[in-house]
Amino acid sequence: MITPTHYMLLSAALFMIRVIGVMVRRNIIIIFMSIELILNAVNINLVAFSKELQNGIGQVFVVFVIAVAAAEAAVGLGIILAFYRNKETVNIDEMNLMRW
Amino acid sequence: MGEAIAFYTIAAFVLGFAVLVVSTKDTVHSVLFLVLDFLFVAALYVLLGAQFLAAIQVLVYAGGIVVLYLFVVMLVNLKRPPEAHQDPNRRGKLGFALSAVVLAELGAIAAYGYVRPAPALAQASQVLPVTGNTEEIGWLLYTSYLIPFEIASMLLLVAMIGAIILAKREL
Repeated sequence: MITPTHYMLLSAALFMIRVIGVMVRRNIIIIFMSIELILNAVNINLVAFSKELQNGIGQVFVVFVIAVAAAEAAVGLGIILAFYRNKETVNIDEMNLMRW
Repeated sequence: MGEAIAFYTIAAFVLGFAVLVVSTKDTVHSVLFLVLDFLFVAALYVLLGAQFLAAIQVLVYAGGIVVLYLFVVMLVNLKRPPEAHQDPNRRGKLGFALSAVVLAELGAIAAYGYVRPAPALAQASQVLPVTGNTEEIGWLLYTSYLIPFEIASMLLLVAMIGAIILAKREL
């Protein structure tokens, strides 16, 4: 029997893998992909509870999360391209223009 | 039983591809593993009875966002791999340490759930007048959640204009 706890554990494991990706990798494109997948891990939780409660509101929230993720991807990749044109790099260690 | 087999199979694929996405050296391979990961999460949605979201996941993520990522990877054309540059000030172990803190936090939350189980969940308060996954979501989106829905469309419009302005030649 698969309970919501199974889905929560899967979602937490996915979240952890991607948090490690955000913290350890230096390629900003991979960091952006990890952020997208973190949002996806949250969506799994929302859908699992939507099924458990027999209530569609969780799935409505997933629609909103997907909309925000799409907006974030568009703007973020635009920023990456604009930065690449200026500095010729996608390494976050070299993105220190605003560091004090 | 069949549900358990399906769940564990899909979960193994999702976790495996997630590890490959963050561990592959080649960025193009990483994006391709991302597509597979999104597809298996869509299969998980089907298992949960959310067919509409599975379709949206395949269309928006695997179809739209991943193409955007591939375009950027191709445009950026990493002749000098970003991992080659070594920053002397970089604290490599700090990332793992912070991740371990997050892992400990998640474990504490899970342990707390076992020590003090949540009270019984209230059943669905409202009986929806329609049946079927897509009808139910459409009903909710256009009645109770109409204003958030319109705000989401405004957000997408603003993001589109912002991306166009960011991609202009002179910034």
